[in-house]
Amino acid sequence: MGTGTGIGRVRGLGSAHQGTHHWWQQRLTAGSNLLLLTWLVVSLLRLPLYNYRALVLWIQSPWASVPLVLAVLSMFYHLRLGLQVVIEDYQHDFSRIIAIVLLNFYAIAGAALAIFAILRVAFAGAVA
Amino acid sequence: MARNAARPLSPHLTIWKWGPHMAVSIVHRATGVALSLGGGVLFVWWLLALAGGEASYASFVDLMTSDRTGKLNFIPAIILIGLTWSFLQHMCSGIRHLLLDTGAGYELKRNKLGSMATFVISIVLTLAIWASIFARG
Repeated sequence: MGTGTGIGRVRGLGSAHQGTHHWWQQRLTAGSNLLLLTWLVVSLLRLPLYNYRALVLWIQSPWASVPLVLAVLSMFYHLRLGLQVVIEDYQHDFSRIIAIVLLNFYAIAGAALAIFAILRVAFAGAVA
Repeated sequence: MARNAARPLSPHLTIWKWGPHMAVSIVHRATGVALSLGGGVLFVWWLLALAGGEASYASFVDLMTSDRTGKLNFIPAIILIGLTWSFLQHMCSGIRHLLLDTGAGYELKRNKLGSMATFVISIVLTLAIWASIFARG
């Protein structure tokens, strides 16, 4: 049992030089996902119509577009942390590095595309 | 990173006797992967179709629901129902994880009950949501 000083071990800083950060971020985003996705499901179920105009009107309100952007950030960060653990459990050596790099590309590109789409609808409104 | 491939593996899914506790654990992981990939792609696709304008959104809705003759598109429907259940199951077992993190619910009976409750709640909610969707038409 000899990694670092006593206080370092107490703070969870072992040989990895980081302790509970990943675990804690996973829990935090679980909580924010719970809030934001409950909001999303409830507001979708409460919409009177599901046609194009109704959804555009809905996203044009900042009360919808801002939580939607937050939900995208929370969701993609949560899935990035979760899939990292899955990859680390089943992939080893070089394929692990490749998989984690691809995961990061997927999470960042997916979130960027989603946020771009939300902002486009929010600012540009309905287009023909 | 040198790894000795001859080292024994720890017992895995195929070795242990299945019970609700380990089922809910591996299902949490499986639904998480399904949501991350399938759910993530579909969610971004939906938003991009919406941002693309009325025509692109109409073709997305047609693909996901039914063609012009009103016939249900079977494969998208199965995927959407599966992802709905995955979402609800992952949410229920996720809440269970948060409760277990506090140190509660490790007694054998209560732990088993909690695992089974996540399946019951997620299936009932999935059926309720999709019954209301099909009832709306």
